[in-house]
Parts: sequence; C-alpha cells; structure tokens
Amino acid sequence: MRGYLTRLGFCGALAAFAVSPVQAQSTVKIGVILPYSGPLADTATQMDGGIKLFMQRHGDTVAGKKIEIIRKDTGGIAPDVARRLAQELVVRDGVDILTGFVLTPNALAAAAVSEQAKKPMVIMNAATSIITTKSPYAVRVSMTLPQITEPLGAWAFRNGIKNAFTMVSDYAPGHDAEQGFQRAFKAAGGEIVGAIRTPVNNVDFSAYAQRVKDANPQSVFIFVPAGKEPAAVMKSLAERGVTPDKIKILGSGEIVDDTGLKSMGDEALGVITSYHYDRSHNSQLNKEFVKDFRAANGTLNPNLLAVGGYDGMHLIYETLKKTKGNPEAEAFIGAAKGMSWESPRGSVQIDPETRDVVQTIYVRKVEKVGGELTNIEFDKTENVKDPVKARMPK
Amino acid sequence: MSLTTDPVSGPYQYLKAQSRWRVLEVAFWLCTLLPYFLFPNYLVLASQIAITALFALSLDLILGYAGIVSLGHAAFFGLGAYAAGILSKHGWGEPITGLIVGGVIAALVGYASSFIISRFRHLTLIMITLGLGLLLHEAANSAHFLTGGADGLQGVKIWKIFGLYGFDLWGYTAYTYSLIVLFLGFLLARRITNSPFGLALRGIRENAVRMPAIGAPSHAHIRKIYTISAAMAGVAGALLAQTTETVALEVLSFQRSADTLVMLVLGGAGMLYGGIVGSAIFMIARDQFSGINPQYWYFWIGLLLIVVVMVLPNGVLGGLKKLFTTWRGPS
Repeated sequence: MRGYLTRLGFCGALAAFAVSPVQAQSTVKIGVILPYSGPLADTATQMDGGIKLFMQRHGDTVAGKKIEIIRKDTGGIAPDVARRLAQELVVRDGVDILTGFVLTPNALAAAAVSEQAKKPMVIMNAATSIITTKSPYAVRVSMTLPQITEPLGAWAFRNGIKNAFTMVSDYAPGHDAEQGFQRAFKAAGGEIVGAIRTPVNNVDFSAYAQRVKDANPQSVFIFVPAGKEPAAVMKSLAERGVTPDKIKILGSGEIVDDTGLKSMGDEALGVITSYHYDRSHNSQLNKEFVKDFRAANGTLNPNLLAVGGYDGMHLIYETLKKTKGNPEAEAFIGAAKGMSWESPRGSVQIDPETRDVVQTIYVRKVEKVGGELTNIEFDKTENVKDPVKARMPK
Repeated sequence: MSLTTDPVSGPYQYLKAQSRWRVLEVAFWLCTLLPYFLFPNYLVLASQIAITALFALSLDLILGYAGIVSLGHAAFFGLGAYAAGILSKHGWGEPITGLIVGGVIAALVGYASSFIISRFRHLTLIMITLGLGLLLHEAANSAHFLTGGADGLQGVKIWKIFGLYGFDLWGYTAYTYSLIVLFLGFLLARRITNSPFGLALRGIRENAVRMPAIGAPSHAHIRKIYTISAAMAGVAGALLAQTTETVALEVLSFQRSADTLVMLVLGGAGMLYGGIVGSAIFMIARDQFSGINPQYWYFWIGLLLIVVVMVLPNGVLGGLKKLFTTWRGPS
C-alpha cells in the first residue's frame, strides 16, 4: 500500500514536472545513441567526429542555450538496449532531443520512445525508409537506399545500358537497393536479365561471379555492405574477366567506400556508383570539412556517417535558432520541416511532408587521382526524395 | 550406524532443511523492492536486469544443476520473444497469454531438441547447442515474412496488463511485471532443486553414467529439466519482447547466450541466486562503465571478470559463502 502511495506521489511529481515550462531551462540536452563499442565502433567514431567537428566550429551555445551532449553506447544491433537507453535518457538524464542512430533496428526501437515521450529525434544515418513514419517527431538527415539506387537505374538506361544483372546481399538493405534499382531501370525500359542474392558476410564470390559471366549482361548492379565484401566481389569478378571495360559494373556507394577502395587494385577502375556523399566532392565547404575532420581524427577520411553527424547537429542548431531555443517536440519538428542548408555534400532540404531528407544523388566513377583510387562525380540527379515514401498513400 | 538406519527421514530431512526460507533470502527479495524508492530513475534498467536474471536462472537449472553446458540457450529466449512478438503483431497483445505462448513454444522446441541433448556431454554439447542456436538465428534471418529479418519485428503492441496497467516510460509497470514473473520462476526453480528430482540432477552433474545404476534414469531427467529450462527462457524472452515492444535477431544471438553464461559464472553457478546476482552486477557495471566512457567500457568489464574469476573461482556468491563459513568457523 505504501509503495502504491509513493508511486502515486511520484507520478504526480512527474506530471507537475512535465507541465512546467521547459523554456525556463538554460541548457538543451542532446542524447546521442550510437554503437560506440563492438564490431561497428568505426561507424560511431565517424559520426561522433562529425558531431564534435560541428560543435568545435559553432560553439556549444545556440539561441542563448547551452548544448550538452550525453553519449550512450548500444554495443551494436540491440534494439532492446537502444530503447532502454532512449527511455533512460528521457527519464533519468532529462534530454530534450534524441539523436545518433547508425542502425535501423535501434532507430526503430527508439522511435517508439520519441513518440511516447514527445521528444524530437534526429536520425543521422539509419537508412530504412519507414523509420521516419514511426514517430511524428522523427527527422532524418542521411538517406534511404532506394533514394540512392533508383536514380542510378534511371541514369543507366538514359546512358545506353539496355540490360542489367543484379547481385545484392540477402538482407533488408540489399533488398531495398535491388528493388530500387530494378524498379527505376525497368520503368525506363531496361531489362533485368538475372538477379541473385548473396549471403550476408560472404567471403567467396567466385560462384556468383561465374553466374554473372555466364549471363553476359551489358551491366551488373552490385550492393554489398561496406567492409570486407566489396573487395572480395571485385576480385572474383576480375578473375573471371568481368571488368568495367567489358561489363559495366554499377552499384551503390557502399561498394567503393574508402576502406574498400584501399584494398582494391586497378580492377576497380571504371566502377560506376551512385551516392549522396564522397570526400572528393568538389566544393569549398567540403574541402574545409575534409581538412578539419582529418586534422581532428588522425588522417581518417570522413565518410557519409561523419557528414550525417555534422548535418544532424547543423539541423538541431538551426532549428533551435528558429524556435528561440525551444526544444519541445511540436515546435521543434514544425521548425525543422522545410529547413534547407548547404552541407558538405551539397544542398539538402528536409521534406516538410515526410520529414526525410531531399538531396542530390551523384553518379561517380572510380578513377586514379595521385596514385589513389577515388570516386569522381560526373553526373547528378538533383532534389531526390525518398521514392518509397513518395509512393505511399498519403 | 544409527544415522543411516532410516532411509526415508535422512534425505527427507535434508531436503526439508534445504527448502526452509532463510532470513538472508527474505532480505534479498525485500531488496528487490528498493529500486522503487531509492532509484526510481533506474526502473527500466531494473526490469531488464530482472528479465536477464530469469534467463540466467533458466540456464542455471541445466548448467549449474544438471551439468549441461549450453552456448545456445538464447535460442529459447529468442523463440519466446518472437512468439510473443508475432502473436501481438497479429492482433493479440494480451501480455499474460503472450508469456504463456512464448513459454510453451520454447518448451516444445526444447523438448524436441532434448532428445539430442541428453545423449551427449561436455564439449560435444557445447558444439551442438551452439549449432542449434546459430541455425535458429539464421532461420529467423531468412524468414523475413515472419520475423522481419534483420530489421526486426515491426508492429509489436502490447495491451495493458489486466486492462489496467499500461507500460509507462519510467518502467514502473515493466519492473513490477518482470519482478513478479522472476519471483514466480524462482519459486519454481527453488521447488525443483529442493526436490528428489533436483538431487538426481546434481547426481547427473557429478556422474551421468552412474546415476542409472542407482535407478535414476539420466536421459529422462535431462529431457525433463531441459524442457523446463527452455520454457523458462522462453518466458524471459517473451517478457523482454513485451516490455520493450521490440524483437530483433539479437535475441537469438550467440552474444546473448555467452553473456548470460558469463553472468552466471560471475554470480556463481548452481546456487539459484547466482544468476540473479550475476546479472545484476554485470548489467549495473555495464550501465555505469558505459555511462562514464562509451567507447572503452568493455575494458573495465573484462578486468572485473578476470578479478572475480581469479579471486572468487565459484563466483561472487561462492566467495561470500566461503567467507561466511570461515567467519563462522568450521561447524
């Protein structure tokens, strides 16, 4: 009975706290949920680097409020942990904004908390289309895979490729990439001559490369997660004579990210991919971004995660300026909708309807610059929205 | 001579003495109520500790008592979690029945696999349980239509308990619910281990071949306890699915099996409370260390484990027990 009374009293106190004006506080607390430890710790290093760089450049005060960052580690794919951390950040640490999120399952779990607790959630990476629909207070600054691969499908047909073979990793992002490419390519008039899915964490692609060779398509579209797999795919394809001069190799930017390119040889020359960011993007803003990021992180090159962290903080700062430092969910999301700015990747905008990012998708080709394999942008599609949500019934 | 003349009262008295509630035990369970008053901001963590403790307890039943080494126990935890999650996704979000379904499905699979488990011991068992766990993990990954694959199960919505208590952000309901289920699970485990069946299990742990010689069928006993343990793990998994309203592949992962084994060893295997104490220490340490340093907190966990294993080979509880007997003097 006493416990029950204490509980009632506590709930009352919380209710009183909840209705008290937040404006009175002089700090805005931001909870960052990332896989700081474990096999995916690299991603957190990149993203945290982006967050730190932004705060180093713009200070820790915005609209008269001090920004306080609280970092929490999920240790990898662990939605139950992510959800608990989000709950604790809200209840225990009293954060105003949830951010970070490299991995989709974690972001989905935290979205439920964002909705229940009415806290804005800024997604800096997690790329499955539906995440932003799971909380009315979620906004995303990164990308979705169909957003990347649909423009490539359309681009390929426009540029004289009439048939394609697709080869993707057999998990959700792979399926997203495959469907995005196939849909746009077929809609433009192209023909898919074959499609295979490879196991996740596969190391030997020789059998799959042989099937590509036997099908002898005009082009092959590839999606495998960044890491060890891209180099293994390229090697197997090259061994069987599937090289860009004979069969065009297309893909999403994951297959030619920095770590992958380092372990590839000249067989990667001429690989064409689409992506929203590469460190070689030619703009003054990006050059400075890359320089400062490298200076702060021991010559580590920034990738899409670093830009995600940087842009996420940019969005938070600009939105807080607009709301005069009010981080409450309705006001914050209202102000974030339609926000546009110049990012190291080019100009980006938050779609007022879906709260998802609208951006330019670049088509790049691997070339050798100063002895180093680099993705050189040579074509682009501007103002690309997430095509999956664009098709959803409103 | 006179001590052994009464074959019934000897062991009977022993078991009766074992099953008497001690002051320390009552105090321990009263302590589990402390978070409501002292750490009301930590109830979400406390609820996950209670769930992990229940899972560790289920592992203790087979590992600590029957000597079945398992590195794939998360299979049953995950089965329970997916069963409860999928049930709620398809329109039945009632929590209590969800728990029961989770437990029953895990028990069925546990019973089926127990026929393999009961035939092997030691290293072979590790390989088999590991293999079964990995198989189930991969099956869940492939069955995208059912489990949501790598993205996790979407659309889990749990109703209020008895239509009254909804799951709140502060974790009051989640902790109360998990604690009650843990306590019930504990009562069951306590009853089992303090029964003749529990004694037989300990006999199997010490020598599985000799037990049939004194009339205790090892295989049948192992099948029984393995099924019970699987059911308990399934209930724990269902609890996690319900209190967090998420289910992802991670519930079936090797990491979860291994972590739980570590917690059990940390607390002390074969002592009922070992799993509970171990999971509390492990998860509180993880929460605190990772709060201080989100990147390198595993170092401190590692250090803690090494120190505990070196200084207290029978776990924290084993160490305390030893200290207690030394202090009391030989009785």
